[in-house]
Amino acid sequence: MELLCPAGSLPALKTAIDCGADAVYVGLKDDTNARHFAGLNFNDKKLAKGAQYVRDNNKHLHVAINTFAHPGGEKRWQNAVDKCVDLGANAAIIADIATLDYAANKYPELELHLSVQASATNTAAIDFYKQNFNVKRVVLPRVLSIQQVKQLSRNTDMDLEVFAFGSLCIMAEGRCYLSSYFTGESPNTVGACSPAKFVRYQETANGLESRLNDILIDRYQDNEKAGYPTLCKGKFNVDNNLYHALEEPTSLNTLSMVPELMKAGICSVKIEGRQRSTAYVEQITRVWREAIDSYKANPEAYQVKEQWNAVLANVSEGSQTTLGAYHRDWQ
Amino acid sequence: MKLSLGPLLYYWPKQTVEDFYHQALKSEADVIYLGETVCSKRRELKTRDWIELAKALDGQGKEIVLSSMALLEAPSEVKILRQLCENGSLKVEANDVGAIQLLAENKVPFVCGPAINCYNASVLKLFVNKGMQRWVMPVELSRDWLVKTAADCENLGIRDQFEIEVFSHGFMPLAYSARCFTARSENKAKDDCELCCIKYPTGRPTTTQEDQQVFVLNGIQTQSGYCYNLINDLPSMDGLVDVVRVSPSGSESFDVLSDYRGALKGLDKPVILDSKECNGFWHQISGLQTQL
Repeated sequence: MELLCPAGSLPALKTAIDCGADAVYVGLKDDTNARHFAGLNFNDKKLAKGAQYVRDNNKHLHVAINTFAHPGGEKRWQNAVDKCVDLGANAAIIADIATLDYAANKYPELELHLSVQASATNTAAIDFYKQNFNVKRVVLPRVLSIQQVKQLSRNTDMDLEVFAFGSLCIMAEGRCYLSSYFTGESPNTVGACSPAKFVRYQETANGLESRLNDILIDRYQDNEKAGYPTLCKGKFNVDNNLYHALEEPTSLNTLSMVPELMKAGICSVKIEGRQRSTAYVEQITRVWREAIDSYKANPEAYQVKEQWNAVLANVSEGSQTTLGAYHRDWQ
Repeated sequence: MKLSLGPLLYYWPKQTVEDFYHQALKSEADVIYLGETVCSKRRELKTRDWIELAKALDGQGKEIVLSSMALLEAPSEVKILRQLCENGSLKVEANDVGAIQLLAENKVPFVCGPAINCYNASVLKLFVNKGMQRWVMPVELSRDWLVKTAADCENLGIRDQFEIEVFSHGFMPLAYSARCFTARSENKAKDDCELCCIKYPTGRPTTTQEDQQVFVLNGIQTQSGYCYNLINDLPSMDGLVDVVRVSPSGSESFDVLSDYRGALKGLDKPVILDSKECNGFWHQISGLQTQL
């Protein structure tokens, strides 16, 4: 089982490789990827250096081209695919059917991974991508329970990659327009959810308020730690009951599921967080490397170490973690 | 331009659903979509019942289309999808790429529903080759996006091979989750939901701490807090859009259809949208805003 780590910058990429990642995934410095944030991602020069570093260490490089081509802008997505090939990357992670079509026709040798943003959750959808574009791997949306992941794995010969750790997207990825409903910008169209430029914090008599495009997401009292106002993690009222109506600020953590994922034949575990710091990448990569190695060394004795969870909690949203949809009770 | 009645997104008792669709036959809708698109646990009408109902409505002057589920997680749900795709006579609205796969295999003509990520003309071309006859644009896209896409389709020589439909009235489906938010709102787990969404025939309104209605919870689906209303934008759809969709909320949807029919003939003055309506997406601004 491959450990696939995020790299939003060259230092993060090197750190991930140095700390034991089997592969890293990166994005270009434009809206062809779903972490299109200022100061993040790779220009051509940095990308070439990064690719070289990965190659020198005999690891794998995946390039995320996981937004949807705009009408009139398809060239940009095609260029991203061209770059991916020129670099000698091991795989392109693609969401848009037009971009898949281009890649499959022009570069039949390029290994294609179906991005989570394409939202393929069932065998029929997987067959579509396999038959039409010869997709080799599917990244599963974070909406399936572990039982459903296992079932899917039994019913397809497609390589499956799952999210193992990081910010928890609670909606079927790629089919969520909440961000554009609030701000006009969404992961699919702009490559960002709840974009930072719409975020505002304000001290008020009612406490610290976090807003997204002026819409109140949460209000914090003095003893509460303020979080980023990702809109699905705010506190809202349903029939006069105030609570996190969709989800708490929390991160996905599946360390306890390593044995099940291994037995289910999952080919890769993905760590979310290209937008996070190099320190985050270092800590997460070390813990997950140790976890996977410890399982491989002695599957029967595998146990999540307290200290792993402590490290992970420290870098988690709201310092909390969850098994998310993998665990039926969460649903 | 034709008018359509989109698939019912809420969970209603069987009798209410049947009455609703028999009324729909007398409505201004030219096209009627029906089927469960949100949650496979909703079985007031089983798949067989939906197909029977659809066939009973067929041949009475309306185009009838069966709609499929947006989020398919279990093999049993793929089985339901297969049943729909193999109905033998009716067109199907595909709301997952898996549906397109099965429909293409069965050579059943289909409508590409709004829950499918189709953002450009190249994808449309591929879908046309698979049997797509109509495209319902994703709700987050604007008129500007549509104009450019339609022009690209013109250049690819496929514009006359399918119709364009725009979700124009109702609470918009904005997201799908593994989690049931209606069950969560009642402090129940999804597996023990007791189908509580039947208690909320138009979903559960959800507001900020400043009482701004931002969402409507509808099972695993999150809808817009405001009702989308493009009644003033119909002239801007002329020559661009073939079908205008009204999403059902109850028998008042038939009045909306009548209003839209009237508006298609021309409005003396624009309709003033109320504070809980919006039209932002069409105007390329945030969805919940209203452009006057």
